[in-house]
Amino acid sequence: MPVLEVRNMRKSFGNVEVLKGIDFTLEKGESLSIIGSSGSGKTTLLRCLNFLERPTAGSIAVNGETLLDCSDPSTLRESQIRQKRLHFGLVFQSFNLFPQYTALENVMIAPVLFAKENRVKDFDKAALKSEAEELFRNIGLSDRMGNYPHQLSGGQQQRVAIARALIMHPDILCFDEPTSALDPELTGEVLRVIRGLSEQNTTMIIVTHEMEFAREVADKVIFMDGGKICEQGDPHEVFNHPKEERTKQFLSRYSQK
Amino acid sequence: MEIFFQQLPVVVGALNEGFLQTLKLFAVTLLGAFPLGLIIAFGSLSRIRAISLATQFIIWIIRGTPLMIQLLIVYYFPGLVLHNPIWGGGESGRFLAASIAFIINYACYFSEIYRGGIQSVPVGQTEAGLVLGMTKKQIFFHVTLLQMIKRIVPPISNEIITLVKDTALARIIALQEVIWAGQAFMKGSHGISGAIWPLFFTALYYLVFNGIVTVMLAKFERKLDYFR
Repeated sequence: MPVLEVRNMRKSFGNVEVLKGIDFTLEKGESLSIIGSSGSGKTTLLRCLNFLERPTAGSIAVNGETLLDCSDPSTLRESQIRQKRLHFGLVFQSFNLFPQYTALENVMIAPVLFAKENRVKDFDKAALKSEAEELFRNIGLSDRMGNYPHQLSGGQQQRVAIARALIMHPDILCFDEPTSALDPELTGEVLRVIRGLSEQNTTMIIVTHEMEFAREVADKVIFMDGGKICEQGDPHEVFNHPKEERTKQFLSRYSQK
Repeated sequence: MEIFFQQLPVVVGALNEGFLQTLKLFAVTLLGAFPLGLIIAFGSLSRIRAISLATQFIIWIIRGTPLMIQLLIVYYFPGLVLHNPIWGGGESGRFLAASIAFIINYACYFSEIYRGGIQSVPVGQTEAGLVLGMTKKQIFFHVTLLQMIKRIVPPISNEIITLVKDTALARIIALQEVIWAGQAFMKGSHGISGAIWPLFFTALYYLVFNGIVTVMLAKFERKLDYFR
């Protein structure tokens, strides 16, 4: 059973249809790269998966459980959305760390508030802290836990944002162009962390313009164009032997760079 | 000059008493208007159009008319028009009426500053909270609020300093604040009459108090310097 199954997802903003029927599945431990030009609907797709946008039509199922089905109003209740979106994590292009909290507090705040709200009786803050510290070791920022976001470089901020998403143990971790706001020197450190996650078989969806990275890390690639999936499959197939004319065009423009 | 030094202790005593009333009105207004302003701000940001329009209408009325008239209406309307003098007589009734007029007036100004502050916090902050499973309430209190406060300290400081001086308007309903106390020495008070200098002297009270307020606000602003 696939961990994620997206069926016929459509999204319109007013008269503009941004997603025109997206279907794909993702297996546990797989990483999926989504490539395509700006405006092709990649980000909207991620935002729909994270319940930041409500699709106009279609369904999302995780581990066989239907989280959202636009034809079934009982799956659309606002009160349940919060629980459902915890299946997904999202790392933003612009990091969006909370500026008034230290790096460590940024990572710990969501689970702490969650425990407080649900009155978790055996909530073990010390255990959470050591888990957070372990995450900081993994992202190579053990010495920066006490720093505020503005004291960190963009690459460091993005690594903290990844740790912040990981501590919620999402089934699927999504990245929305995680390196697009970084200068090339800082891109590497973020990609290294993502590569590490992929080696530990974290289930991931990565929207990226880093073609080399997509080819190397992904188990599967989707090329989106004009709100549709134009081509999908094994990265070596899609990158080296694209079938669709539009894919060839897009990739050739990238290789010319 | 000799007369001045004879009058000084008497005048300072009376002005101190008046200024205490000024300070009380100042403090009560802030305590009431800070939270009420937030509620009004949520009203004008409401996605329910009827609520946001109604709130904006009220803000328009309150900001569009003189505070002095609002004081008169709050104080005299129940008694003279409705024949139901709810405020009772005396200084405490006048203080209550003045407090209500000031709180409503300042809450409307604060609400517009809050609204700007809330809207200036990037939407990405809210979205980051949402994808981490926080509730909207948690996001407001744990993520947005402090960032908003940091942004609104300068404009709110302006309002606070204006409020110190606006309290003088309350003497239109005979609240015995510091200017009222100073003016009394012209007609006759505490055995002194025909003296105008006590009235001028009240300015010093405002000046010193605003100096203290300014320093405190600057300190508070620096306290929030630890993040950007």
